[in-house]
Amino acid sequence: MIEILNTGPLNTIQDLGRPGYRDIGVTASGAMDPLALRIANLLVGNDEGAAAIEVQTFPFRLRFSRATAFAVTGSGRATIDGVVLPPWWSQTAGAGQVLEILPSPASARAYIAFAGGVDVPLVLGSRSTSLRGAFGGIDGRSLTNADILELGTPAGTILPADGLGVVPPETALSALFPVAADATLLVRALPAGEHHLFGADAEHFWSQSWKISAQSDRTGYRLSGEPVRPEAPVEMRSYGIVPGVVQVPPGGEPIVQMSDANTAGGYPKIAGVLEADLWRLGQARIGSRLRFVRSSHAEARALDQAIAAYMDDVRDTSQMVMRALKTIAGR
Amino acid sequence: MTKPMPDTIHAIPEHARSTPSPQRRPHISTIGARAFLLEAPCDFDLPAQRRIWALARALRQWDDLSEIVPGMTNLLAIFKTTPEDPEVVTARLREAWERAESIDIRGKTIEIGVIYGGEHAIDLAALCDHTGLADREVVRLHHEGTYTVFALGSAPGFGYLHGLDPRIHMPRKTVPSLRMAKGCVTIGGMQTGVAVLTGPNGWNSIGFADHQMFDPQAAVPAIMAPGDTVRFLPERIEL
Repeated sequence: MIEILNTGPLNTIQDLGRPGYRDIGVTASGAMDPLALRIANLLVGNDEGAAAIEVQTFPFRLRFSRATAFAVTGSGRATIDGVVLPPWWSQTAGAGQVLEILPSPASARAYIAFAGGVDVPLVLGSRSTSLRGAFGGIDGRSLTNADILELGTPAGTILPADGLGVVPPETALSALFPVAADATLLVRALPAGEHHLFGADAEHFWSQSWKISAQSDRTGYRLSGEPVRPEAPVEMRSYGIVPGVVQVPPGGEPIVQMSDANTAGGYPKIAGVLEADLWRLGQARIGSRLRFVRSSHAEARALDQAIAAYMDDVRDTSQMVMRALKTIAGR
Repeated sequence: MTKPMPDTIHAIPEHARSTPSPQRRPHISTIGARAFLLEAPCDFDLPAQRRIWALARALRQWDDLSEIVPGMTNLLAIFKTTPEDPEVVTARLREAWERAESIDIRGKTIEIGVIYGGEHAIDLAALCDHTGLADREVVRLHHEGTYTVFALGSAPGFGYLHGLDPRIHMPRKTVPSLRMAKGCVTIGGMQTGVAVLTGPNGWNSIGFADHQMFDPQAAVPAIMAPGDTVRFLPERIEL
């Protein structure tokens, strides 16, 4: 059992989301940085898609009521009873110990996984909180102080006494996921259906750096910069959308839809972010800058393969360590 | 978990089928590397949507798709992994569209009681200005219509309804209402629908319906399904 001691607004329970219901208007939701969520779960011996806490407002503090294996990945600086934990780390907390997560300047969202996963009811196949729909997680709402979270039954994994960590994906895959010299995030995307209607403004879309405005959240990021507009107004029939679609409302400042996006929209779409880059976008902070880089289908496949290889490595290594410890414990 | 299914699906008799025109090819574009959007090269009408329904049914046999999202005379096909060659996908989708024969989904009929006018009809005056019709006339044209659920989307259980009288078409607002109430009966362009969530909304509200459209705990969470018929019954008109 976990007790939430201190939380800001909009921290929620998330897993990998509930795809499969867009045709009845239900957004998939799920972790904004699915890589960090999957790795946090692997580090405590869970299935990759177990439910965890997504922290996007800090500081965040919780107390363990009994010895519990946990992992913290993604953003944030974590301490357990005031002792600093390495980034992307798992270990076992004792009963009564307090985990605190403070913000880190580089990225936006931390994930805390627990052995056994957070036990809230499945709604439409997922434990993810849908704030807009007001279901999933805890009654479809954000976490609040004094919330008590029950955990599922752990897989019986034994973690190393000193803990276990991974090399974060942005380090391990730095050659494939570059950041510009001035720290502008480079987000790879492909032109979408109405790209050609933007004429000369299409080039301005790719060439300028966009600021992630304060009107950005799990639903989508509103970008501010030099407006881009189609050469003539476009009236579209509503069409299905996915996270990563970059739409341009009449004002000319693009919106990138994210995990809690509507399932359909009617604004013209200028680009679609590669799925392999969405986890990085999910870690982009309000006020930071990004630039869209025109990519190719071949590059999308190469990035998918690199991420898959990295995940295989993390999965194999953590399972090997846990198996070895179990063998030792069994002697 | 069961998904909502139309009550019955009937093939349209041979003579009533719209013949696909080989000259008019669907427009196919991508969103990212895994999602492909097919837009029907047709008018915004029931025959076009019937072919979209047929295409959706055909695509359910493709085991490399994770999700199929029918829209308004268009369809988004989301692949489980990035396909090897997007040209091959485009060709497959085009072929599936050419083969898709119109199907008629005879769904259920849903009657929704509406309070026309009143505190939630915040855009009725603008609609009168835009159409040149009296409020009573706008309301009459809306409740006398028979509507077909073309697709669900945007918010949980929201049905896009086709069949709005062209005299009361009204473009979406350029500045959306920030907190339009759940239950508002709205017009967005040539479409109408009932808001299922309270929040930002660019459609024009002319009334209010207290009708539960979605229950995530139910075996069939959404009340509406593509092909259903919707009628609005005026419970009260407050003008």
